[in-house]
Amino acid sequence: MSHFYTDVDHFALLPAILLAVFGCAVFLFDFLLGERSRRWQLALVLPGLALTGWQLARQGAIAPFTAFHGALTIDAFGLFFNWLFLLTAGLVALISYRYLEMEQEHQGEYYGLVLMAQAGAYFLAVGTELITIFVGLETMSISFYVLTGFLRRSRRSNEAALKYLLLGAFSSGILAYGFSILYGLAGSTYCADIAAAVAARPAFDPLTVLAILTVSAGVLFKIAAAPFHMWAPDVYEGAPTVVTAFLAVGSKLASLALLLRLLLGPLGTARAAWEPLLVVAAVVSLTVGNLAAVTQTNVKRLLAYSSIAHAGYLLLGVVAGNGTGLRGVAIYAGAYVFMTLGAFAVLLAVHGEELGDLNGLARRQPAVAAAMVVFLVSLAGLPPTAGFVGKYYIFLALIEAGRYGLALVGAVYVAVALFYYFRVVRCMFLEPAAEGGARVGLSVGVRVALGVTGVVTLGAGVYPEPWLQWAVRAVLK
Amino acid sequence: MPWLTALLALPLVGFVVLLAIPGRAAGAVRLWANAVLLGGLALAAPLWTAFDRSAGGYQFVERLPWIPSLGAQYLVGIDGISLLLVLLTALLGPVAALASWNAIAERAKEFYAMLLLLQCGMLGLFLSLDILLFFVFFELVLVPMYFLIGIWGGERRLYAALKFFLYTVAGSVVLLVGIVALYWQGGQQLGRATFELTELLRAQLPVETQRWLFWAFFLGFAIKVPMVPFHTWLPDAHTEAPTAGSVLLAGVLLKMGTYGFVRLSLPLFPEAAREAAPVLAVLSIGAILYGALICLAQQDWKRLVAYSSVSHMGFCTLGLAAMNANGLAGSVLQQVNHGISTSLLFLLVGYVYERRHTRQIADFGGLAMVMPRFAFVFAVAVFSAAGLPLLNGFIGEFTILQGAFVVNRAWAAGAVGGIVLGAAYLLWLYQRTMLGDLRNEANRELRDLTAREWATVLPLLGLAVAMGVYPQPWFAVLERPVLELAGRLGR
Repeated sequence: MSHFYTDVDHFALLPAILLAVFGCAVFLFDFLLGERSRRWQLALVLPGLALTGWQLARQGAIAPFTAFHGALTIDAFGLFFNWLFLLTAGLVALISYRYLEMEQEHQGEYYGLVLMAQAGAYFLAVGTELITIFVGLETMSISFYVLTGFLRRSRRSNEAALKYLLLGAFSSGILAYGFSILYGLAGSTYCADIAAAVAARPAFDPLTVLAILTVSAGVLFKIAAAPFHMWAPDVYEGAPTVVTAFLAVGSKLASLALLLRLLLGPLGTARAAWEPLLVVAAVVSLTVGNLAAVTQTNVKRLLAYSSIAHAGYLLLGVVAGNGTGLRGVAIYAGAYVFMTLGAFAVLLAVHGEELGDLNGLARRQPAVAAAMVVFLVSLAGLPPTAGFVGKYYIFLALIEAGRYGLALVGAVYVAVALFYYFRVVRCMFLEPAAEGGARVGLSVGVRVALGVTGVVTLGAGVYPEPWLQWAVRAVLK
Repeated sequence: MPWLTALLALPLVGFVVLLAIPGRAAGAVRLWANAVLLGGLALAAPLWTAFDRSAGGYQFVERLPWIPSLGAQYLVGIDGISLLLVLLTALLGPVAALASWNAIAERAKEFYAMLLLLQCGMLGLFLSLDILLFFVFFELVLVPMYFLIGIWGGERRLYAALKFFLYTVAGSVVLLVGIVALYWQGGQQLGRATFELTELLRAQLPVETQRWLFWAFFLGFAIKVPMVPFHTWLPDAHTEAPTAGSVLLAGVLLKMGTYGFVRLSLPLFPEAAREAAPVLAVLSIGAILYGALICLAQQDWKRLVAYSSVSHMGFCTLGLAAMNANGLAGSVLQQVNHGISTSLLFLLVGYVYERRHTRQIADFGGLAMVMPRFAFVFAVAVFSAAGLPLLNGFIGEFTILQGAFVVNRAWAAGAVGGIVLGAAYLLWLYQRTMLGDLRNEANRELRDLTAREWATVLPLLGLAVAMGVYPQPWFAVLERPVLELAGRLGR
């Protein structure tokens, strides 16, 4: 191969290539095989993900290394997040087919778009060059715009997609503007060059501050952190439930990975300028997310607001700014994948999204209701669940950094969160079953997903050591 | 032999097995849960003789790595203080289960599952010597208790369950921040991060730090006890809970708060605790008097018993505030006493409620004529709660007063006023329900205590008398840990 595209470059790109190839293959096979064989698309998706996982494992053996002259940095951090994306995509694919069949929108493109979105997310975690990052972000976002509107005949789904598209395009524009300023500062789009250029300027240099403001605004929008969260409740509610799950986990964590890459990489020396910004964003996210969730009657909307609050906790880990904080973010992100996808899988299992749909679930499907309790307790952050360990690390990081006030704010919102999460528990266990509440058969995929997420959420809370080790390695840079 | 682990694992294993029993076989579920809890008691009881009273430190210690990267271990062990509370828990568990035999018809499987999970959480808390483990168990009891109140409770159960849950969590999240801060500060001093209690006790924290941590811990424990003014969740939760829930709430869960003070707050932050003693004492006396006065105004039998807990737990915290050997020993003993006498009262109220489906005091009167045996047991329970000599309540309250008197006579004087009021509302309750003429015809056919009900009250009755007549063995168990703690506190 030429020196434009070396073996190392190829090796670094391979996971994304695999995802894209399998994504295209899904599009193609859907066209060739027609109506009958939609479920067999999974037989294409899961091996695709498995192969990607294999490549990630191979990369992990020799990481860290860079490719394309530093445009991609394959390190433990990037791989950790990519493993999370992989798990997310796999679980989302598993829980999707029955739902889409019931909505009569079981199209092959769905799986292709999921793989494409993940291919874009790959670059957010490992990209260290602005154009690469931007293209990755747009690949992911455009896939999500389409997925959000996937229920063509549903007005709400269409509305959500349009809303997401317009606001998302707007935020991408702001982000691109920020990138252009960074390019102007450094004369290069490579993160390493930008880091040097930013370091050479004073911390509160107006141009740097402007770049920080615009870049953060663009990325915080994707993370759905306040004050750029307005789109999230409507989009989460309108999108197909399976897409909401993917959006809440995949899109949020990919954008979080990007935020960490940018703030701790090229903008690392301007910490004094962006830290107060993140403090505000985190506290406002916690407040808005938790308080607004209290009054919701739609569980998807409730989870949307709670996901805003979770973004706040994740940002607090970044604010703490020490090794523990980053470990906390990684651990929290890991817990978030399982508990959030688990909660959405429960919504799919009952095939409903209003609080009333969950009434009497403990009678109808006791195991599903019990699993939901585990997810909700974990989302709130009580022991012995994975969510507790994540929150524990965030609090520890804040206390190590001497930010007792922020730790206390975060802790107090745990109690608020319990209030609304336990409204769901109350419906499931304490309210009588709804009239004619039909028992929906669980698909094998939902069963597997519920089992995996439930066992991990509880297991990682009872014995977190292996998972902590993994997360610790991810941030040992 | 991993004795304490077996004790802890038994209800958990029982819980898992119970989940496998089909819900339709309600009889099997009931039998299994009772057998497991009774087995737990049989396993715990020999601890009393095997425990070495002359040895210091913790006994039957078991240690396993749990989260090495955090320095958290699975570390369990007991000293005299936790021994008493473990035995109390092991006894009240089967009592609560047996008391629910007929009362719980709906969703029996879930009920007993929650009971077993709760038992595991309660035992674990008293056994833990690792602070993170302690916190896990502190929170673990909340979810089963939420369901016990919320599903099988009285009319306002939804409100009461949520109030109990949120109140306790609000306190415990602050406690969590305190624990994390202690872990960090202690780790800095000791040079290695650990949650091990005995290790953290060696750290010399500056007074300023102690003060912050003490008050963070205080919030968590004071809500749990509950101390005035954090008590407002208690009357609702206790009144609405099913009998088993009330028994375990009052008998065991409240002690988690006082135990937290004895085990963590006082020894870890001795200087700050000494500073805070007057505040604790004033809040305690406030609780004693306020709780007693409210009791005088209650129309609802169960609510009266609930408020009496506020008053009686005030004695326990007053003993803690005295911070000398008498006060501390009295406080721990009074925790056990309260567990016995209040559980008796709640059981009896529950039995009457099962028969009459009302708890209004005005609906009763002259029950002694139709239910003489019940009236006798109720008399013992009332006298025990009122602190009559030769019953268990007396010796605990007396020792606390002794301790408080040495520190500040005004404290003792205030608390004595509470004893007088306590006797007043309890005897008045007895008079209104048991004595006099049988005014209400509906009460004429009430059945006296059944054999099963006798089985639940007899052990408590026996203990109440035994502890009152010959308290020496109980103090002997407490002597070493209490002297150690008082020495730490410099009193």
